[in-house]
Amino acid sequence: MSDSDQARGSTGLDDAPTAPERREGDRKSQAVRRAIRTELERDASEAPGGPVEQAPSVKPVIDVSHVSLAFDVPILEDVSFTAHEGETIAVVGESGTGKSTILKLILRLLVPDRGAVCIDDEDITDLSFEQALQVRQKMGMVFQGAALFDSMTVFENVAYPLREHTNMSEDEIEERVREKLEFVDLDADRVMEQMPSELSGGMRKRVGIARGMANNPEIMLYDEPTSGLDPLTTGTITRLIRKLQKELGVTSIVVSHDMRSVSRMASKIALLHDRHIVFFGEPEEMFASEDPYIREFLGG
Amino acid sequence: MQEYFVLAGKALRFMFARPFYGQDTIQQMDEIGVKSLGIVLLTGLFTGMVLALQSSVQLKTFGATMYIGRLVSASMIRELGPVLAGLMVAGRVGSGIAAQLGSMRVTEQIDALNTLGTDPIKKLVTPRVLAALIMLPILTIINDLVGIIGGNVIAKFVVDIPTSQYWSTVWDQIAADGFILRYIPSDFVQGLSKPLVFGAIISITACYFGLGTTGGTEGVGHSTTRTVVTSSIMILVVDYFLTQLLLSLLA
Repeated sequence: MSDSDQARGSTGLDDAPTAPERREGDRKSQAVRRAIRTELERDASEAPGGPVEQAPSVKPVIDVSHVSLAFDVPILEDVSFTAHEGETIAVVGESGTGKSTILKLILRLLVPDRGAVCIDDEDITDLSFEQALQVRQKMGMVFQGAALFDSMTVFENVAYPLREHTNMSEDEIEERVREKLEFVDLDADRVMEQMPSELSGGMRKRVGIARGMANNPEIMLYDEPTSGLDPLTTGTITRLIRKLQKELGVTSIVVSHDMRSVSRMASKIALLHDRHIVFFGEPEEMFASEDPYIREFLGG
Repeated sequence: MQEYFVLAGKALRFMFARPFYGQDTIQQMDEIGVKSLGIVLLTGLFTGMVLALQSSVQLKTFGATMYIGRLVSASMIRELGPVLAGLMVAGRVGSGIAAQLGSMRVTEQIDALNTLGTDPIKKLVTPRVLAALIMLPILTIINDLVGIIGGNVIAKFVVDIPTSQYWSTVWDQIAADGFILRYIPSDFVQGLSKPLVFGAIISITACYFGLGTTGGTEGVGHSTTRTVVTSSIMILVVDYFLTQLLLSLLA
């Protein structure tokens, strides 16, 4: 089921290059697109018959199927993709194409107009507010500007989800906070009592990651984790995300337009363009693609 | 409009539901109450003084200056105490709440609270509403008292009325309107039910505009302005209708 969803999401390729200047490349790319499509369809038709490749342990964790959302104007139309356990899906696309909206849908900060979002096979579209708060505890979110609570110290920020939802003692909480701060390569003794405003952008982002993972979530969501950072810090953050996915096996969704860091951490890439997912597949597949929009996006 | 009342309903309902954010409430009581003490003391003192001064001029033409105490206490306790405390707190605290929640909204801290499994209304709005409901009546009492003392100063040093006479006319006025349940002067009922309502108006309006902030830092400014304007006007309008209602109930 999930595989056919992927295929359907990807066939949104038809709608991709509509701008006049891309017309020319259209004819040439049509053949390529047809090739990709037949390949995807073959994949899809294989999946239900033979779940041979799909090891039983690899279960779908996040399943976004046929989601549409509009505020005043349509933002997402018929968007589908699935993240299996341990995968890192990068959602890329131009600014303002609704990348962050996808994260908000998964967190159920927004509810889709049509379609469904499932976390661990549980449909979260119709949950009550309180139930949604429960589901969100499976997820850790890293915000674009880190969104640390600026009235609290670094320690209180990282300890927040623990104090809120666990019965851990103060000692256990402190131990956990230290562990998480050290995981993100911060000197716990030095930063714990500092206020977020005293930290640099990169450090703030790392504290944000530490807070997101404090509760040991099975899903991590990142909104532009490397935007506004210098190349070195970008490298550090990228490495951290990979470390998280390798050592803890979390399933991650990364929203970004930094293709360099995306190519280093993503197991699959979803390219969002014009309200649709126009490409969904492995990074190598994307870099090899002849589709003019993808070429333009990668070249730009 | 509907959202406003939904927010108000939730904020009030969460006062009785776990988890309680006691520490946040105490912090807000400090922010709303203790830190507003200075401006409330100043407004109260000078309002009482100017009331005494103006009324002494009027009363002199009738040879009735000994009634200054009655006039000052009636005006302060029934109207000026609650309304002025409300307006000052709306300006000082309402704007602060709106700016704080507004910047939390635009820096995604509200989303972060939601994501971490906390209801922002429970964590942010309820403590502020509760603190305002507790602190505004207290501030009003202080405002009334300081105002009447200010009247005392003018009565003694400008109009030359002895302090004992001033205070006995103050008491006459309080007793004149009768008592509710035998011991509670009906002036006090008027004077203390108003700040409760004003406290709710200020805190809920500020939280409503703060949480609804859009459009970055500029939006924070808009929310702040809107909060102060809306809550000030609401205080004055509601005050009229509340007075009318209370007068007919207490009659």
